[in-house]
Amino acid sequence: MQQIVNFILRNKITLFFLLLLCISIGLTIQSHSYHKSKFINSANSITGGIYNTSNSVSSYFNLKSENQKLQEENTRLKALIFNSKLGTKSYIDTTSFDTQYKVTEARIIKNSYALQNNVLLINKGEKDSIKADLGVISPKGIIGITDNTNSKYTSVISILNTTNKISAQLKKTNHYGSLSWNGNSPKVIQLTDIQKNAPIRVGDTITTSGRSDIFPKGVLIGIVKDFKIDITENFFEVNVILFNDMTNLEHVTIIENLDKLLIDALLNPNE
Amino acid sequence: MNNLLSIHTIRFIALILLQVLLFNNINFMGYINPMVYILFIILFPVKNNKTLFLFLSFLLGLIIDIFMDSGGINATATLVTAFIRPAVLKFSFGAVYEHQALKFNNIDFGQKITYITLLTVTHHIIYFSLEIFNTSKIILVLQNTLFSSIFTIILCVLITTIFSTKSK
Repeated sequence: MQQIVNFILRNKITLFFLLLLCISIGLTIQSHSYHKSKFINSANSITGGIYNTSNSVSSYFNLKSENQKLQEENTRLKALIFNSKLGTKSYIDTTSFDTQYKVTEARIIKNSYALQNNVLLINKGEKDSIKADLGVISPKGIIGITDNTNSKYTSVISILNTTNKISAQLKKTNHYGSLSWNGNSPKVIQLTDIQKNAPIRVGDTITTSGRSDIFPKGVLIGIVKDFKIDITENFFEVNVILFNDMTNLEHVTIIENLDKLLIDALLNPNE
Repeated sequence: MNNLLSIHTIRFIALILLQVLLFNNINFMGYINPMVYILFIILFPVKNNKTLFLFLSFLLGLIIDIFMDSGGINATATLVTAFIRPAVLKFSFGAVYEHQALKFNNIDFGQKITYITLLTVTHHIIYFSLEIFNTSKIILVLQNTLFSSIFTIILCVLITTIFSTKSK
């Protein structure tokens, strides 16, 4: 017993080091699996508050380009309304109970794109009825999926995250695949598992497929840059250029599918 | 002693804020960011309690991790860097370190560069191999380590040089 105590006292620094090393490596491994970093995330009042203060200053520098982007989206939406036969009735009234999607605007207060697993932070939280697993889009395309929330802030797993997988399809046909990122360029994202008989061309538009209950069908993603047949020789591997400039984001929209519970109940009856 | 304590507390907080608000957003050439917060480990007093030093380094990395949503990557890297610091000190400064008379303000420039380079490269290799976490991308790990290390070393040497002339 004496010897054990002596051993611990002699090597206390090494043992303390090993203890802390185990904790930190545990946290690292946890963070590499999707939806697991529950303790270490920036959706808390201190880090959120600091990022919010910093963003309230830095957002002034991008006012012009952000206004331009919002104006472009307004013009696009106006064009849709004027050209549709329904006239002005085509807008979605989110206050009535009859709609499927509820939308909330938010601001990105921390952007990140240089890492392998990028996580963003937005300034809306549980107070604004934001939950985990909601879709986040910008005027030009998809951004990511919400993850951890606290009362005022929410972390968003970016599409530029190697653990993220989103269902996507060709706009002109219904051939679908899954969208993931290989971690190389923040402008290019990979679409895998597209069936070999899909009529794919360079320049085709890729949109979300609406197969998962997170994003509605038809949210823009990007255009095909190039494609090749993968190792199994049954599927295409497509490089997609994003419409979004992920390095310059400010205003985003959070989409909540109000029928999610019903869909989940049908798809996973056992849970 | 009290003065020393407050300097290190202020440096701890200031480096975290600088790193998170300024240096993480540089993105030179798209992905190169300096990690200047390891200056805290570089400049921590040699004589001090080793357990406390390990714990503070771990805490520093963990706080940066919380800001960056990166799990425990920074915590692991800073912890290992802090653990090997005595060996690096002995290698870079030799006899001066043995006599515990080391002052970071009046050391040889070449020795300082050796010391900062060794600690920075260790930190960056661990950081990037954990961040990328994929053996098939080992070239990317080395490339990131090289470029970020150069950036970090230049900034660390500049900052220590600028601030050392002022005190004593």
